[in-house]
Amino acid sequence: MSKADSIVNPYAIHPATIVEKLREAEDINTYRLQFVDEPMQRRFRFKAGQFNMIYLFGVGEVAISIVSDPDQPEFLDHTIRAVGRITKAIAGLQPGDVLGVRGPFGQGWPLEEARSRDVVIVTGGLGCAPVVGAIEYIFRRRAQYGSVKILHGVKAPHDLLYRERFDVWRRSPDTEVLLSSDQPDKSWRYHIGVVTELFELVSIDPLKTIVLMCGPEIMMRLGVPILIRRGIPATAIYVSLERHMECGIGLCGHCQMGPYFVCKDGPVMRYDRVEPWLGRTGV
Amino acid sequence: MADDIHKVLPTCHLQRLLDALSAKGYRVVGPTVRDGSVVWEPIRFVSDLPIGWRDHQEPARYRLEQTGSQDIFGVVHGPQSLKPFVFAPREPLLKIERTKDGFATRPMTPQPEKVAVIGARACDLAGLAVQDRIFLNDAYRDPYYAARREGLFLIAVNCTRALSTCFCASMETGPRAKTGFDLALTEVDDRLLIQVGSEAGRHVLEGISLSPASDELIGEGATCIDTCARSQVRRLDHARLPQALYDAHEHPRWDDVAGRCLACTNCTMVCPTCFCHTVEETPDLSHQQTAQARLWDSCFTQEHGYIHGKNIRPTIKDRYRMWLTHKLASWIDQFGMSGCVGCGRCITWCPVGIDLTEELSALLTSGSRSSVTSPQVEGS
Repeated sequence: MSKADSIVNPYAIHPATIVEKLREAEDINTYRLQFVDEPMQRRFRFKAGQFNMIYLFGVGEVAISIVSDPDQPEFLDHTIRAVGRITKAIAGLQPGDVLGVRGPFGQGWPLEEARSRDVVIVTGGLGCAPVVGAIEYIFRRRAQYGSVKILHGVKAPHDLLYRERFDVWRRSPDTEVLLSSDQPDKSWRYHIGVVTELFELVSIDPLKTIVLMCGPEIMMRLGVPILIRRGIPATAIYVSLERHMECGIGLCGHCQMGPYFVCKDGPVMRYDRVEPWLGRTGV
Repeated sequence: MADDIHKVLPTCHLQRLLDALSAKGYRVVGPTVRDGSVVWEPIRFVSDLPIGWRDHQEPARYRLEQTGSQDIFGVVHGPQSLKPFVFAPREPLLKIERTKDGFATRPMTPQPEKVAVIGARACDLAGLAVQDRIFLNDAYRDPYYAARREGLFLIAVNCTRALSTCFCASMETGPRAKTGFDLALTEVDDRLLIQVGSEAGRHVLEGISLSPASDELIGEGATCIDTCARSQVRRLDHARLPQALYDAHEHPRWDDVAGRCLACTNCTMVCPTCFCHTVEETPDLSHQQTAQARLWDSCFTQEHGYIHGKNIRPTIKDRYRMWLTHKLASWIDQFGMSGCVGCGRCITWCPVGIDLTEELSALLTSGSRSSVTSPQVEGS
């Protein structure tokens, strides 16, 4: 395929080699990818919170958020849970195997808007993956942001990914990391319960704060109203949503939620814009 | 230009236009009778067209009858709009082959082909304009659609007869073709009034000696079209859309229509604007080569709303609501235009005769027990 084709054809798939595979949990791995085409590797840029369509030869594509740091585009990391037809097949791959990448797509986190404000990051389960890049972005510009509070909930302790990263973040200046598990074992040293209970354990200056949230929709539906009651405007809360995405560019119709295409209008969306649709059945 | 040039061609000389198109290198496609309905087929002669046939359409009914007249364009339309010409029901996207580095992909973008479609209706042109907005004028321009669209030459026929299922007048999309055609014909008795809509249209007519149309004939054609508009028995009240339909999300009528809907996907397949598609991967047996193709999909299928382990729209009620709300409401937020052009095909081809004009009317007039907050949508 010529370069011109790859630029004009949004369906073009770019081969990328798995250079590293890191086991995060029983069914979750992080894959570090490098484009086979070196110029492609050099020009590929992304924003924290965007996603790629990850392709497995002969099987198909699946939308996966980018975990790596947008300031280090030489690394392209995706954390993938083996949950469906394609992701289960990907789980069998090893370093040296080749995947396809199409992207990056979608709207990322509002990191410019967040500048000079306090940032509260609320995630649940694998929902922590799409904010890792945002946290790294902020920490590279630490002086430009206010306090950072990272609240992360998991079902069971073995669901906790990126343990070392959480430890590093915890040691950063003006940063709090709070973890919770609602099905803990004896080893669990953190909060017991659901992630929204962590709101009570942190002090928040509501008018100085911007919230980045990613996890199951039920977490957002139940969690955001608590934050709003604490005085954070709905316009300062951003959520990253999940829907079935096939094309990534707003053409296939699958990822619609009300008037939005989650792939192109999202996946990161301002809460006040999606609030009417989040609680509706069949939307 | 569209309003300026009007010519007249005796109906018995229509072959000259077909020949002129062929001489210019166009493959000519027109309405033909097949298996009891009208479908697009390649045509060479005027006699290939459905001369003397008429269609009768009602909810869940489509019938052709011979009238014995010499009318060429007596049939309004069949199940196909212009959609299949540009957004192909099955479009090969990529061929992907294993290489020593992994794999190489080759786009299967179609070669632009000069295709002249004779007999497109105003609603079809409006549907094509909606699809152009989606596939060509968004952040990403679809190269497959663009290649098919490029070579399309459109000869519209203004409607002088409305079906019982038509409601283009209320959607302001017909029965007169206003834009988007190269030539537009109005059949007035044994004459065809020809209006030029583009430079390409003018160019095609250069090869035929034609008389200018008299003001009288132009007036006669206009009267026929106006009469057709006034004869439409269905209308769709879109004045309060999209908000009124968003507000009706909990309306009991959705249960009622879900009880009748078979989720057969017919309405989405015949709709000139529905654009949902899915991608099919077909590896060869040796697993050395694989092909991707996109296929029309429908929001009425189980799989459409599937997301790892659950279905966002598990019931027929959810899916009918999704379709109607998208078509008539959220489409406006997404693309600044309605997703419905008033062709009435979804009414005719629904096996149980569900009528979206009737459903919308019921949803907007009575029994609303909306309890949800009105959505705030940007730009609305």
